[in-house]
Amino acid sequence: MGIEGVGARVARKEDKRFITGGGRYVDDMVVPGMKHAVFVRSPHAHAQIKKIDVKKAQGMPGVVGVLTGKELKADGIGNLICGWMIHSKDGSPMKMGAWSPLAVDKVRYVGDAVVIVIADTKGQARDASEAVEITYKELKAVVDATKALQPGAPQIHAEAENNLIFDWEIGDGKAVDAAIKSAAHVTRMKIVNNRLVPNAMEPRAALGHYDKAEDHYTCWTTSQNPHVARLVMSAFYNVAPENKLRVIAPDVGGGFGSKIYIYPEEIVCLWASKKTGVPVKWAADRTESFLADAHGRDHVSTVEMAFDKDNRITGLKVDTIANLGAYMSLFSSCVPTYLYATLLSGQYDIPAIHANVRTVYTNTAPVDAYRGAGRPEATYLLERTMETAARELGVSPAELRRKNFITSFPHQTPVILSYDAGDYNASLDAAMKAADYAGFAKRKADAAKRGKLRGIGMSCYIEACGLAPSAAVGSLGAGVGLWESAEVRVNAVGTIEVLTGSHSHGQGHETTFAQLVNQRFGVPIDSVSIVHGDTDKVQMGMGTYGSRSGAVGMSAVAKALDKVEAKAKKIAAHLLEADEGDVVIENGEVKVAGTDKSLPWFQVALAAYTAHNLPAGMEPGLKETAFYDPSNFTFPAGCYICEVEIDPETGLTEIVQFVAADDFGNIINPMIVEGQVHGGIAQGVGQALLEGTRYDASGQLLTASYMDYTMPRADDLPSFKVSTSNTPCPGNPLGVKGCGEAGAIGSPPAVINAITDALGVADIPMPASPSTVWSAIHAKH
Amino acid sequence: MYSVNYHRAASVADAAKLLKGGDAKLLSGGMTLIPAMKTRLASPSDLVDVSRLKELQGVKVSGKTVTIGAATTHYDVSTDEKLKKACPALAHMASLIGDPAVRYKGTIGGSIANNDPAADYPAALLALGATIVTNKREIVADKFFKGLFETALKEGEIITAITFIAPAKAAYQKFRNPASRYAIVGVFVTKGKDGVRAAVTGAGDDGVFRSKEIEAALAKKFDASSLDGLKVSADGLMSDIHASAEYRANLIAVMARRAVAAANA
Amino acid sequence: MSDVSLTVNGKRVSGSAEDRTLLVHFLREHLGLTGTHVGCDTSQCGACVVHVDGRAVKSCTMLAVQASGSTIVTIEGLANGADLHPVQAAFKEHHGLQCGFCTPGMIMTATDMIARHPQGLDEATVRAELDGNICRCTGYHNIVKAILAASQAMAKGSKGKAKQAA
Repeated sequence: MGIEGVGARVARKEDKRFITGGGRYVDDMVVPGMKHAVFVRSPHAHAQIKKIDVKKAQGMPGVVGVLTGKELKADGIGNLICGWMIHSKDGSPMKMGAWSPLAVDKVRYVGDAVVIVIADTKGQARDASEAVEITYKELKAVVDATKALQPGAPQIHAEAENNLIFDWEIGDGKAVDAAIKSAAHVTRMKIVNNRLVPNAMEPRAALGHYDKAEDHYTCWTTSQNPHVARLVMSAFYNVAPENKLRVIAPDVGGGFGSKIYIYPEEIVCLWASKKTGVPVKWAADRTESFLADAHGRDHVSTVEMAFDKDNRITGLKVDTIANLGAYMSLFSSCVPTYLYATLLSGQYDIPAIHANVRTVYTNTAPVDAYRGAGRPEATYLLERTMETAARELGVSPAELRRKNFITSFPHQTPVILSYDAGDYNASLDAAMKAADYAGFAKRKADAAKRGKLRGIGMSCYIEACGLAPSAAVGSLGAGVGLWESAEVRVNAVGTIEVLTGSHSHGQGHETTFAQLVNQRFGVPIDSVSIVHGDTDKVQMGMGTYGSRSGAVGMSAVAKALDKVEAKAKKIAAHLLEADEGDVVIENGEVKVAGTDKSLPWFQVALAAYTAHNLPAGMEPGLKETAFYDPSNFTFPAGCYICEVEIDPETGLTEIVQFVAADDFGNIINPMIVEGQVHGGIAQGVGQALLEGTRYDASGQLLTASYMDYTMPRADDLPSFKVSTSNTPCPGNPLGVKGCGEAGAIGSPPAVINAITDALGVADIPMPASPSTVWSAIHAKH
Repeated sequence: MYSVNYHRAASVADAAKLLKGGDAKLLSGGMTLIPAMKTRLASPSDLVDVSRLKELQGVKVSGKTVTIGAATTHYDVSTDEKLKKACPALAHMASLIGDPAVRYKGTIGGSIANNDPAADYPAALLALGATIVTNKREIVADKFFKGLFETALKEGEIITAITFIAPAKAAYQKFRNPASRYAIVGVFVTKGKDGVRAAVTGAGDDGVFRSKEIEAALAKKFDASSLDGLKVSADGLMSDIHASAEYRANLIAVMARRAVAAANA
Repeated sequence: MSDVSLTVNGKRVSGSAEDRTLLVHFLREHLGLTGTHVGCDTSQCGACVVHVDGRAVKSCTMLAVQASGSTIVTIEGLANGADLHPVQAAFKEHHGLQCGFCTPGMIMTATDMIARHPQGLDEATVRAELDGNICRCTGYHNIVKAILAASQAMAKGSKGKAKQAA
C-alpha cells in the first residue's frame, strides 16, 4: 500500500471546496432568466379535487405561470411508476395506482402536489400560491396500514381493493409450521419498525431548463442516480427522449435513499420550463421535505421463532404488514420483499423460514428505501427476537447467537441468498472485548448506587448489498439491471479521468476511486479526477445506493483499469523492445522486470496519443470502458453492542458506550469507512431513541419540522468505538463488501436490547423517548 | 415571509412613535418572530427594530438590585460577571436557552414579551418576583404573564428593563424537549426575604405558573427532601406528542427537587 | 425595498433588497456567496451560520436590512488566502464532513466556540455547544474530534505568537 493507495487513510480531495464554501449544490445554480417555483400542495390527506381556479394567482406580481395537472396530462406527461414488479402469492401482479406528477382528480396525502406557481422570486411565487383557489371534497383518510386493510376502510386507489397492493410470500410455510409444532420452545413477538423521515441536510431541489433553439432539456437535480432519472423521465414520463435530456446531479447534500427516486417536482419543473419559456427552479423547504420526501420503514410484524431442546433455531415464521403510503414510489415494492425477507436468516443457520408480506396504501407520504432499506427491518425483527429468546431460555444472549451462527461458507439460506464469506464469531468476540462485556455487571452495580439503571444489548447483523446481479434482480422483478459502468481516460500527459456511473453525495468517491488508480499506476491522486453525476459526461450508470459504489462501481473501474493496463503494457513492451509479460507498472514507472529498462508513466501515455510508434495494428489513444455486473450480493456483517444508563426519574437514556465490530471485506480507505459507520450508527440510534414520524388520525403530519421530529444532535450521542475484522469478499475483484448502510442496520436492536435489559421489560416501542421510557418504568411499578 | 416594512428605531421614544398605525411589531433578537414570519404564521405590516438601542442594553447590579436592559442578549446575560455573583441562577438559566447562535441574538425583553409557554425567562421572572419596566409603567411579574403568548402589555407599550432583588438562593432546572430543545418542564425556585417562590414553564395549559404545592412544601424547609413524595397533579398540564400531562407532572416534581438541591449546593 | 450596506469578508458591499429578504438569501442571491446554506425553516439546523459583528448567528433568522451596517464573515472569507483556517484544516484532516452541506455552518460555529473557550474545550462542551447545528452524515464523531484538535492547535499557535511577541 502506498501513501495514497488502497488501504491508506487518505484525507479527502473533495473537502477543499466544501470547507471553503465552494461546494455547488442544485440550489446554488443560477441560469440566466431563471424563475422560482412553489408547489401548491394538498392540505388534506384524502380528498377529491372539485375545482382549481388559478386566475387570481396568475395576476399576482411577478407571476410567470400557474400550471395544473390537467395541462400536464394534456401535454402527455406520464404517471410516476414503481420499477420493481412483485406478484402476489396467487400469481396476480401488484396493484399499482396512478400517481400523476400534479394531482388531477384526487389527492391522497398531505403534501400531494397539485399546482406549480412560477414567479420572479420565491417570495412572489409563495404569495401567489396562496391565491390559487382549490375546492376539495374531503374524504375519510387512513394512515395506519393495519386499519387500511380492514373492510370498510377508505379506498385510496380504485386499482387496489381494500388498499392491498400485494400479498407475497417466501420460504416453506409447511416446514416452518412443522418446526413450530415440534419445538421445545417458541418465542413470539410483535415487532413494530417505526416510520422515519430521511432528512438529508440538503433539501431536494430541481432546476429545469428547456432550450428552445436546440429543443433540448437540462435538469439539475438532487439525485443519487442521474442516469436512472434520465432513463425513467424519458422512457416512462415522456418528458423528452434521452438524447434531448441532460440530467446533472452536482454536489448533493446527502441522500440516504431519499434521492434515488424520481419525484414529481423535477418532472414538473422540466415540463414547466418548456411551457413558460423560462428556466424553473424549485428548492424544498424543510417542512416540504418532511411532507413529500419518501419516508422509510413502517412495518408491523409478528414473529415466531422455534427452538429445539438444545436451543438451536429450527424455524422462523414472520408475518409483516408494510405501509407504502399513498403511492408506490420507484423501488418501494422491493424494500419489504427482496431487501427484507431474504435477510431473515440473519447470521444464523435456520433450516426453515417463511415470511408473508402484505403491502398497503395509506394516506401518508410514499415509503421507499431509506439507509438500509428492508435490512434494518429484518435485523431489528431477528435481533429483538434472539434477545427475547435468550431471556426466555435463560441463556446468555451471546451464547445463544454463537450456538446458531453459520460457520461454513458458502451457505445457502432458505430465503434465496447464498452467503459467500464471513466470520461471525470474530466480530462478536471483537465487540465483546471492546465493550468489556465481562465488566458489565460491576458497571451496572456502580450505576445502581448512583440511582441509574444500566443495560447492555447486542445485535449481530448481516446485510446483502453491493446491489446487484442484473440477471438475478431481473428474475425477481426489477425493471433495471444493477451493473455499473466506468471509463478510464488517460490523457496524453499521463493524468487520468475516471468517469463513473456511481454518484458521490458524501461517500468520498473522488478520493477512494482515485486511490484505486494510484494503486494501479502510481499516479498521484491529485492527477486523477473522478467525473460523475452528469449524463452528458458519463454515458450510463446506475448510481449510488445499496452500498454498491465500492463493490460494483469500483469493480467497474478496476475492470477498465485492467484494460488500460494491458494496452499500456503492450505499448511499453513495444517501445522498450521487451516481452509484454515482463512489463510491470510501479510507482509511476513502466518497467521491464529484471532489467533497468523503464519509461515514466506519462511517456507511455504520450506515445499512445502521438501514435508515432505503436505496435502494428494498434489504435491510438489510451481510454477504456468497462461494465461490471456482479455475480452475487456482498454480505457485510458484524456485531454491535450498546450500553445505556437510564435516569428512572425522567426516563432519559444516555448511551454510555457504543461498540461496532464490522466485517466489510477489503477496505480502500479506513478513515472513510469509519465515517460511514459513525453516520449509520447515528441514524440507527436516532431510530431507536429519537426519531418518530407521527400522523394524526386525519392524516396531518404532526412531526413536520425539527421542532417536533427529533434529529440526533451531537449531545445525544457518544463517541463510537469502531473496528473491523475482515474476510475478503470472494465475489468481486477488489474483495470489498460495502459499508454505507451497516451502521443503520445493526444499531437499532442493540439500543433497544440495552434499554429493555436496563428496565427489565419485554419490549419498548421505538423511538424510546424519555416519556416512553418513563411510562414503561411507571407501568411496571 | 409576507412583505414587511423595516424601521430601525433611534430611541425608545422613536420606537413608540413607529409602532403606531398599521400592524407593527417590535423586533428585538427576532429569534421567535422571524421564524414565525418565515412560516407565515405572523404577518406584521411593519417591524420596529430596537435591538441596537444602547439604552436597552446591559446588566446593572447595585447592592442586591439587578436591572437588565430589555434588549440584552441571552449571551450577555449568561456571561455577565456581576450577575454571575449577584444571581448565578439567572445567568445559568440564560446559558440554557436555545443554542449558542440563538443566545447571541435573542433578548430577555423579546422572550418575555412573546411569553411562549415553553420559554425559560417567564419562569425565572415569576420566581424572582421581578418587575417589568416599560416606557409607560412598571408591572410585577405576577401580573405580567397572562397565559399562552399573552402578557399585560398594551398596544404600543415597550419593555425597557427587568429589575429584581437578588434572592439568597435560586436555581433553575429544565428538562428539554428532545426535538425543539425548548423546556418540556422548567422549574425556577428562589428563596428570598419574602419567602420561597417556584415557577414552572413548559408544562401549564395556560403558560407559566407558580406552583403553590411546591412553594408550600418548601416554605417549611427549603430542602430537596421537603419535596420527597410530592405528587404534582396533572390537571391543567399540557399533553402533546412529546409528553403527557402525567409525565409533565412527574417532571415538575423531579426538576423542583433538583433545582432546590442545586440552589442549596 | 431598502438599501443594505455590509462589510462582507473584508469588502464593502451594498445593494437593494425587499425588507423581507433574509440575510442568508442576500448573501446567496445578491452576493453569490452560496457557501452559506439553508437546511431548515425553524432556525435549528445551523447550516446558515455566519459571523455578524464577530458573533456566530443564524443568517436565516435575520433580515438583510437588519444586518445593514454590520461586518460579516462567511465560510468563503474564513481562510487567509490559500491558507486554510485551522478549523477548516482540522475538518479535512479528521474527516469531519461527508456531504458538505452542514459543513460551512459547523465550521463557523466551531470557530466561534473555540474563540469563546480560550482555556480549551472538552468533548462534553463541544457536544453541548453543537446544539444548534445538525449533521446527518457523520454522527458528529469526527466533527467533535476536529473541533477539539483545532482548539488545541489554535491554543498552541496563539501561545507561539505570544512568545514571539514577548
